[in-house]
Amino acid sequence: MTAPPLEPPRVIVLWCPDWPVTAARTAAGLGPEAPVALVDKGRVLASSPAARAESVRRGIRVREAQAHCPDLVVLEYDAALDARAFEPLVAAIEELTPGVQVLRPGMCAVRVRGAARYYGGERAAALALVSRLDELGAGGARAGVADGIFTAEQSARRAAERVGIVPAGSARQFLDPLDVGLLEEAGAEPATSTVTLLRRLGIRTLGQFAALPPSDVRTRFGVQGARLHALAAGSDSWPLVPRTPPDDLEAVVDFEPALELVEQVAFGIRTAAERFVDELVARRLVVTAIRVVLRSDSGETAERTWQHPRSFSPGDIVDRVRWQASSAQLSAGITRVAIAPEAVDAISHHESGLWGSGPDERIHHSLSRVQSMLGHGAVLMPRVGGGRTLADRQRLVAWGDPAGTATVREPWPGQLPAPLPASVFTPRHPVAVVDAAGEPVIVGSRGMPSSAPARLTSGTRTLELGAWAGPWPLDERWWAPGQASRAWRFQAVDSTGCAWLLVLDEAGWWVEARYD
Amino acid sequence: MFDHGRVSTALASPTPPGQSAAQVEELRARIRQMQSTKLESRGIPTHPAIAELLPGGGLKQGAAYSVDRSAMLLMTLLAAPSAAGLWCAVVGVPEFGVEAAAQFGIDLERLVLIPHPGDQWLAVTAAVADVMGVVVTRPPARSSDSSVARLTARLRQNGTTLLVLGAWPQTEAMLSLSDTRWHGIGEGHGHLSAREATVTVSSRTAGRPRSARVWLPAADATVSRVTSASRPVAVPVPPLRVAG
Repeated sequence: MTAPPLEPPRVIVLWCPDWPVTAARTAAGLGPEAPVALVDKGRVLASSPAARAESVRRGIRVREAQAHCPDLVVLEYDAALDARAFEPLVAAIEELTPGVQVLRPGMCAVRVRGAARYYGGERAAALALVSRLDELGAGGARAGVADGIFTAEQSARRAAERVGIVPAGSARQFLDPLDVGLLEEAGAEPATSTVTLLRRLGIRTLGQFAALPPSDVRTRFGVQGARLHALAAGSDSWPLVPRTPPDDLEAVVDFEPALELVEQVAFGIRTAAERFVDELVARRLVVTAIRVVLRSDSGETAERTWQHPRSFSPGDIVDRVRWQASSAQLSAGITRVAIAPEAVDAISHHESGLWGSGPDERIHHSLSRVQSMLGHGAVLMPRVGGGRTLADRQRLVAWGDPAGTATVREPWPGQLPAPLPASVFTPRHPVAVVDAAGEPVIVGSRGMPSSAPARLTSGTRTLELGAWAGPWPLDERWWAPGQASRAWRFQAVDSTGCAWLLVLDEAGWWVEARYD
Repeated sequence: MFDHGRVSTALASPTPPGQSAAQVEELRARIRQMQSTKLESRGIPTHPAIAELLPGGGLKQGAAYSVDRSAMLLMTLLAAPSAAGLWCAVVGVPEFGVEAAAQFGIDLERLVLIPHPGDQWLAVTAAVADVMGVVVTRPPARSSDSSVARLTARLRQNGTTLLVLGAWPQTEAMLSLSDTRWHGIGEGHGHLSAREATVTVSSRTAGRPRSARVWLPAADATVSRVTSASRPVAVPVPPLRVAG
């Protein structure tokens, strides 16, 4: 049994040109006239009109783009940011007319019927939606009205003015002269091979493709081909699937007047944090990651995602906001704090045992208390990673943050042999090392020391050195001229029996560690 | 008929004399450890090379020990409780070498570092002492006697062992290193491979300080007593010279 062919629904497609650029530009706080390029894997993915005027095109290398336009602001492409920045726009459209389908970030579709009746015509409805988008800062948004989403999108892209309307029933005439390459991005998956084949068969326009008999197309190109064929013929029968607006769990607190003191902010959000957690608990959820956005009086924002090894309690959220507020570089007082759940989990996974919580829970509470006294980065979990210098090899992760990858066990040529020094100085201490005659010890170009080190001086304290060994060369990043560092390592035992790990580099002698 | 002396010789006779002396010493240590296991001073696992030197035959819960300047000695003390599953915290020691700690057998999964407690040293140490098995700390120069007394009371209550780098007014014992000798390093050749040192423990309760010669660490990165067998046979290694 086959479903009867549906009439394509009449839709308005709203399109914000250069959406990824607009989103990234707004997030970076740049004006609309700034030349911006988004890069992904070293190539330009999208560029702003100002950058395009300097011939920064999609697909060129970043260096080439910078050569074309020296003022170019290069931003990394972030798909999540795209979608996130589009969210308030969709919400605003939803306020005007229900039933919005997000096609991709920067483009959404709305059913015409209700909106046209309310605003008194398709053009009036489309103009109302477009001007609402303009108010929200999506500069130069356009709208297309047609039968079916595909046709409406093409009419939005091709409209001479803000709104392009294809009259009901004339989708086929509108699509006929257009290039067949438009189908590439139209389906659920890219149809590059089908389009290439059509071109080689001599089919260049959508009209030519639509003129083929449907049964032949289905036999040759399968279901996907048949779908593309229907699109080309203007019978885009896919219904509009309006999205379900997500539950608004975000907790937003506005401060009027702006608050200057971190403690005031922490106090002000306590109730909101409690409500935030209560609302999640009512949905039988706990939050394991939150995104905190602070906005200052002068319009700056500080955004950060915080993770939690278990789940956030209201007190934990207040702590995170306090840490973020004290570390953020804001020039004015804080006017708004927004807390949004980034990752949630079912509450049943996080319930403590019926017979009280285990010892780990107590440790976590106590360490969280220390963190709230000293700051997030004050309580550290040590891990051993890869690297040549001792300081490189020890990774310190703040309590509660993910520990990252497992320890690196690859051989690192040039790392120290066992036993390792028990005291590692970060940063290293500058010292002076001289030989018996009082001359500074240096290492020549052949890798030999000028003389045997005899005395180690740090500040006012001088130690007589006995046995010593070295130098061992430590050439790091010799392939990168800017970061290359060349150093020599020595071990030396002083007269008290304490051994030292000394390093000589271009800047002089350092104590890197002590074997004590 | 049963002369005590004869019975003990009869019992001791199957084992060679050297081994029996070691056995007796080991049994004595165990007796000491078990005798001291009163409710307020239970022992925690302690490295065998050092345990016998300590009063009571090992580290005790709720007691404070002062370690003079040697981080390796400190790590040796920390290794056994950490391996036995206790959580350890290191407060106010920013130069604590993580990789060396791992080599000494400290479990990094149960180690927490608070390198810079600043002027909240007492509050931080007290907060972690509530939950940790062993806390290592370096007290600031100006820690008042009353705050020390309060912390000591809290440690005793929670059964947390405190290892202090530096001086501490009410210690169970003070451990220090002397006569250290490094092996493997010469005048411009070789590298540090092992160290012999005398560990001396002096305490309020035991009258005479006890000391022992210890490999800290040995060439295989372990810590053990120096015996005549473990001493490396001196093989003269000619130093490498530049040719040509």
